[in-house]
Amino acid sequence: MESQSVLLRVNGPVVFASNMGMAGLGEQVDVGDEKLTGEIIALENDVATIQVYEDTIGLKPGEPVSACGEPLSVWLGPGILRSIYDGIQRPLQKLYEYSGTFLERGLSTPGIDLEKRWPFTPVKQAGSAIVDLSVLGEVPETELITHRVMVPRGITGSLTWIAEAGEYTVTDVIAKVATADGEREISMLHKWPIRKPRPIAKRLAPRIPVITGQRVIDFLFPAARGGACAIPGGFGTGKTVTQHQLAKWSDVDMIVYIGCGERGNEMTQVLEEFPVLKDPRSGKPIMERTALIANTSNMPVTAREASIYTGITMAEYYRDMGYHVAIMADSTSRWAEALREISGRLEQMPAEEGYPAYLASRIGEVYERAGRSEIVDSDGSKREGSVTIIGAVSPPGGDFSEPVVTHTKRFVRTFWGLDRDLASARHFPSIHWNTSYSEYDVSAWYAEHVDLPWAELRERAKALLKEDEQLQNIVKLIGADALPDKQRITIESARLVKEAFLQQAAFSEVDSYCPLEKQLAMIDIILTFHSLALQASADGQPVHKIVSSPLVEEIHRMKEAIPAAEMERFVDLKRRIEAELKG
Amino acid sequence: MSSESGRIYRDLQRAAGPIIVVERVTDVAFGELVEVLCGDGTIRRGTVLDVSTERAVIQVFEGAEGLSLRNTAVKFLGKALELAVSPALLGRVLSGAGRPLDGMPLPFEGETRSIYGSAINPVDRDYPMDVIETGMSVIDTMNTLVRGQKLPIFSGNGLPHNELAAQIARQARIRGTDENFAVVFAAMGVKHDDATYFREELERTGALANATMFLNLASDPPEERLVTPRCALTLAEELAFKHDYHVLVILTDMTNYCEALREMTSARGEVPSRKGYPGYLYSDLAEIYERCGRIKTSKGSITQLPILTMPNDDITHPIPDLTGYITEGQIVLDRELHQKGVYPPINPLPSLSRIMKDAIGGERTREDHPNVTNQLYSSYASVGNIRSLAAIVGAEELTDSDQRHLRFGDAFEAKFVGQGRDERRTIEQSLTRAWEMLGLLPHDALHRVTPEQIEQYYEASSGVDEEE
Repeated sequence: MESQSVLLRVNGPVVFASNMGMAGLGEQVDVGDEKLTGEIIALENDVATIQVYEDTIGLKPGEPVSACGEPLSVWLGPGILRSIYDGIQRPLQKLYEYSGTFLERGLSTPGIDLEKRWPFTPVKQAGSAIVDLSVLGEVPETELITHRVMVPRGITGSLTWIAEAGEYTVTDVIAKVATADGEREISMLHKWPIRKPRPIAKRLAPRIPVITGQRVIDFLFPAARGGACAIPGGFGTGKTVTQHQLAKWSDVDMIVYIGCGERGNEMTQVLEEFPVLKDPRSGKPIMERTALIANTSNMPVTAREASIYTGITMAEYYRDMGYHVAIMADSTSRWAEALREISGRLEQMPAEEGYPAYLASRIGEVYERAGRSEIVDSDGSKREGSVTIIGAVSPPGGDFSEPVVTHTKRFVRTFWGLDRDLASARHFPSIHWNTSYSEYDVSAWYAEHVDLPWAELRERAKALLKEDEQLQNIVKLIGADALPDKQRITIESARLVKEAFLQQAAFSEVDSYCPLEKQLAMIDIILTFHSLALQASADGQPVHKIVSSPLVEEIHRMKEAIPAAEMERFVDLKRRIEAELKG
Repeated sequence: MSSESGRIYRDLQRAAGPIIVVERVTDVAFGELVEVLCGDGTIRRGTVLDVSTERAVIQVFEGAEGLSLRNTAVKFLGKALELAVSPALLGRVLSGAGRPLDGMPLPFEGETRSIYGSAINPVDRDYPMDVIETGMSVIDTMNTLVRGQKLPIFSGNGLPHNELAAQIARQARIRGTDENFAVVFAAMGVKHDDATYFREELERTGALANATMFLNLASDPPEERLVTPRCALTLAEELAFKHDYHVLVILTDMTNYCEALREMTSARGEVPSRKGYPGYLYSDLAEIYERCGRIKTSKGSITQLPILTMPNDDITHPIPDLTGYITEGQIVLDRELHQKGVYPPINPLPSLSRIMKDAIGGERTREDHPNVTNQLYSSYASVGNIRSLAAIVGAEELTDSDQRHLRFGDAFEAKFVGQGRDERRTIEQSLTRAWEMLGLLPHDALHRVTPEQIEQYYEASSGVDEEE
C-alpha cells in the first residue's frame, strides 16, 4: 500500500509518522529519504509510533515514510549457517563490503544470498501428498547440516511438479503443489515474522539432556533438549565464557549465538575461534553448525530488541527440519534494557526499576518458544527437533532480586547462578551449587546411556556439598583443626568435589571438554575416597595421614593428568585408593 | 542533511537548565548542531534532542543560564556536531568541545567527522593479542593490559588513580616494539589540580608532543561533558585507523560524565531508572567504550583507560556496574590497601582483565604465566578467610599452612602489589617475584601450577624470603 505518510517527530530511535491509518501494528516501514528500517509499535488516530532500527541522527520531520505491507520478518532458506548477522538479519560481511570498517545506515540487503546456486536433490516425486512442512528435497548447506527444503506452512495438497537434481538459486521455483485454492509455486526461500512463534506440531516432554562436557552442568544441573535455562551473574563472573563453552561443546546439531548488546571484541573472538575449533563428535569446525547474530552494545538499541526474536525464528526453522538447536542469548538483560529504553521514549508508565509493566510477559513469551517437537511427514516418516534457549542475565550489582532475574526464574527450569566469590578465587565455572537448580527429569536417559549410577552419585555429591556448607560456618569461627575427625574428612572430601571436580578450566586443552563417562568416573573416585576415608578413620587411621596422602594430590590433578582416552587409569587410581584406605 | 546553513529563528518558547525550546521550525534534523546567538553577542552551541513539525528541543552545551526568551536567536547549521581531526592536533590543548585553549588557531588540515562516530563492524575487528607491559607487577601479571582493550580504573575519592593512570601512560610499552604512540586525554568535570597534574606529567616526560588534551573542568558547563569523550574518541579513531597510531585514551572522570547525563535527562523530564540515571545509560556508555580496539585494515589501535570514582566506594552503583558490563575487565583500587601504604593500591580479587587469557603464556609472555596468575588469585583469596579466622581465634592457634598463608598475604601486598612510583618491572621480573611470594606457601597448597613448574620455579625460590 502506497500512502503519503511523512515524519512528524523524531525522538532518538522512536519517531512518529502521519497518515498511517492503513498500516498494521507490527508492520515494517521505510523511514526517511535514506529508507531506514523501522517497525510500527503503536497506532493512534492515523499517527504511527515507529521504532527505527538504525541511528536517526539527521532525520527531519517532513521526510517520507512508507509501509512495506508485511510485519518485520526474517528470510529463511539455505545460507543461514556460517553467517553473521546484525539484529535484523542483515549480513555483516555484506555490509562490510558495502561500507567498510564503520557500519553505515540505510543499507538494505537480504539476509540470504539470492544469487548463490545450491545443489538441490529432490526426495519426493510428483504425485506425492503434501502436508504442512513436508520435505521436498535436500541441500548440503554445510559439512554438518543438510538443509531440508520444506513446504511453507499452510500449503497442503499434492505435488504436481518437482525440479530435478541440480543447482538452483533460492528464488527459483523448485516445486508446484496443487492445493484447494489452485496451484502454488514453491522456492527454497520464504519469510516468517520474527515475533510470531512457528507452531509446534506435537510437543514432546523435555527428558533428554543436552550433554555439554561441563561437569557442574551435566552432573549436577543438566539442561534438557527443548528446555529453557538461565545463567545470571554479575560482571566478571564468567557468563560469556560459560556461554562460549556451551556453544562449543553442546551435543546439539546447531547453535544460534546471539550477541545481544555485548562487547565487539567478544564477537570477534567467536568469529576467529569457531571456524578453527573442532566439534568433538564430528571433527568438523564448529562454525559449520553455527549462525551468529552480533548486535554489539553500540549498535542501535532497537535492533538489539529485535535480535532475540530474529535468532529464535531461525532456530525454530531448523527445529522444523528435524534438528536439535540451542540458542545462546548473551545477554537478555541488554534486551530487557532495550525494552526499557523504548518504553521510556514512549513515556509509558514504568513499573519496577523503570522497566515497563509488560517486561514479565515479554520474557515469558521468549522462553516459551523453547520446546521439543515431532513432525510427521505425508509419507508417515517422523522427525524430531528441539529449540533449547540458554539466556545469560546480567543483573545490576550481581543482585539476583532485580526484575529481569526474578521474572526469568518464573519461566526457566534450569538456573545456573554464577557467584562472585567463586569467580574472585578463580573457581570457574562459577556456577554455585547452592543457588543453582535443574528441574528437568533426565534420570531415565542417564540410566539407559551410562554405566555408573548417575542419579545416586548425584544425590551423594549434593548431600556432601550440603553438609560441607553447614560445616563451613563452624570453620569460619573456630578453624578446621578444631573439628572432629569425621567432619574434617567431610570437609576435605567436599573440597575435592569443588576443586578437583566442579572446577573446570575452559582454556585447558585436556579439561575444556569432559566426556560423560570421565565425569562419572571422577566423581565416583572422590565419593569412594570419602566413604573409605570415613571408614578408615573410624578404624583408627589418623586423619592428618589420610588427608595428606599423595593419593589426595593425585585426585586433585586427575582432571588434567588423565585424558578421556585413558579411562583405565581411573580404575587403577580407584583400586589404589581402596588398597591404601582398606589396608 | 542539507548543506544550507544559517536558518535563524528568533524567540525561544522555553529555557530551563540546559534545555531551550524553539517553536515553528521547519527543516530541522534530529541531532543537528545549532548556534545560540545570545543578547550580549556571545555564541553558544547546542544540539537538537527532539524535533517535531512544531518545535525543536535543544540542549545547549554551555547551559541556558542568562538567555532571555525574546533576545536570543537560534541558528541551525545543517549538520551534526563535527570535529576536524588530524595528527596536527597532537601537542594541542583543547576545550571539552574541541576549541583551542592554548591560544593557537586550529589546524586547517584534517577530516571533518561527526563526533558521534558509528559502530565498528564486528567482521572487521581484529582480536587484541599484544600485551602492553605497564611495568607494574599486579597489572602485568594478574590483570594484563592488551592493546585494543578497554580497561577502566575503578577508584574512590582520595585514592591515587591519577598517579596510576599517569604512570601507565608513562611506562606503557609493547614488548619488543617501538611504534607510533599517542595519548588522547579527555577530562570531564575534573578539578583544576588534576588537569594541571596530568599536563605537567605529560610535559615532564616529554609525552605532551604526542598527546592531545580535551579539558572540561569542574567549573565548565556540564552539558559540554557529554561531547568531550566523543570528541576525544573521534580524534583517536582518526589517529589509529587512518594514521596507524597506537592510541591510549584516558577518560577521566566517567562519573562526572554520567552525572552530567543525569542532569540533562532530568531537565528534559525523562522517566528515570536506577538512582535517577536514564534508562539508556548502558547504551550511552557503550557508545563511548566500544570506540576502541583494532581493525583488520589498519595497524593502529585504540586502548581505553577510563577512570571513574565509585560513589561511596560502592562497586554496585550503576556507573561502575554498567561500565563493568561493557568494558573488558576492571582495575579496582582499594582503600584498605591505600591506608596500609601500598602503592598502587590495586586489589587483585575484584580486578579482572577479560582478554588477557589469549595474550599471555607461551611465547607471548612466559609459559608459567597463566597458572601463576590463577595460583596467586586462589591463594590470595584464601588469605582473606584466614585473616578473619585469625581475628577470632588468634594467629597462634592457626595451622602451619594457615600461618604461612598469612605471611604470604602480607608479603604479597607489600612486595608484589606494592612498588615505587617510578619503578618499572619487566614481566619476567614480576613473575620471578610472584614465585618468591608463592615460595612462602607449602608446596601442597599449590594446585593451580603443574608439578613441573613447581620443580622449575618453586624449588628455586622457596625459602628465599624466610630469612628476611
